[in-house]
Amino acid sequence: MKKRLMIISCLVGAVLLIMPEVRSAFALSDAYKDNIYNPGVLKATDSALKVKVGGKAPDFALKAVSGERVSLGQFRGKKNVVISFVPAAWTPVCSDQWPGYNIVKEMFDANDAILLGITVDNIPTLFSWTNQMGRLWFPVLSDFWPHGAVAKKYGVLRSDGVTERALFVIDKKGIIRYIDVHDINQRPSLEVLMGELEKLKK
Amino acid sequence: MMRRMLWLALLAWGMILCGPADGRSAGPPPVGGKLPDFTLGVPKDAAEKTYLGLSGSGAFKIPQIRAKTVVVEIFSMYCPYCQKEAPNVNKAYERIEADPVLRGKIKLIGIGVGNSAFEVGVFKKKYNVPFPLFPDSDFVLHKLLGEVRTPYFIGVKIHPDESHQVIRSRLGAFESVEKFLDEIAKASDLK
Repeated sequence: MKKRLMIISCLVGAVLLIMPEVRSAFALSDAYKDNIYNPGVLKATDSALKVKVGGKAPDFALKAVSGERVSLGQFRGKKNVVISFVPAAWTPVCSDQWPGYNIVKEMFDANDAILLGITVDNIPTLFSWTNQMGRLWFPVLSDFWPHGAVAKKYGVLRSDGVTERALFVIDKKGIIRYIDVHDINQRPSLEVLMGELEKLKK
Repeated sequence: MMRRMLWLALLAWGMILCGPADGRSAGPPPVGGKLPDFTLGVPKDAAEKTYLGLSGSGAFKIPQIRAKTVVVEIFSMYCPYCQKEAPNVNKAYERIEADPVLRGKIKLIGIGVGNSAFEVGVFKKKYNVPFPLFPDSDFVLHKLLGEVRTPYFIGVKIHPDESHQVIRSRLGAFESVEKFLDEIAKASDLK
């Protein structure tokens, strides 16, 4: 009897011990005070890509926080485009990804690239949230209605209605050259993204 | 009986698992307390090495820095407040270097939490940060330092025997550069 209990106890313990350690992979800026909602650790990815590297990037036109409508097509022949889908406003990792991109405009410029930030949040939410980041040099687009339509086209809409943390690099011809559907809990490396932009020069 | 024993076993495991794991602290280093035990990589840059009074390569601990007090800024390249505060922190460095009483006695370093060496380099270049910055790409130091929000400033007084004491541990931007330096100088017995 006791032996059985010991075995059960050890088994429970062993299972708990080998569970991957839940790592927080963010540091909050004090800019947001206590206004960041932490959803906890989520399933790394939760969608199936509908586009691929080498394929044509589906066109779209979305409303930006600034009020204008921005389409992917308007950059054809003019600029390389980086699309950064982030899951949700007012959440930990997302709240520092774009402020980081905000201080490396020169790196995007050097690679003749523009950045488009997209979430499925509505414009008022995006307005309040991005205001905390300082003045952003790139357009922030709302894929709110029809809900997540663009994310769906690319295959990065998760089953709970938010998007993946995904990066797409699209060249001037409108061809997708790089895709990173990142673990939603972690911020993608800036170095890797810049390396991919450099490759477009070759 | 069996159920009770099972609960006890589970409880025991729970206590083991919930206790602070190695290398974790409950909060930021308190004033009057000590820094958690960690090392940083000796900078490759000769000027930075000279500034910190270090030699060779490998790792060092903050109390090994040649200074009376070291101010550690916990920041992130991705943090809008840290970006905004960067010119003020630079100003603090310049004031220290221009003041014969403080120069060589108070040293500044930054730890970029969740930042790779590349990302720390981006921040350094963007804001012309004149003091050494160190990466903490996997948030290891961030965890040790109580997962503070950024920017966070820790003042560490260093004694001649390399023992140390935290004299400031506070979240947020400087109220004013002068006030910040005055506080640090007083706590370091320099003014």
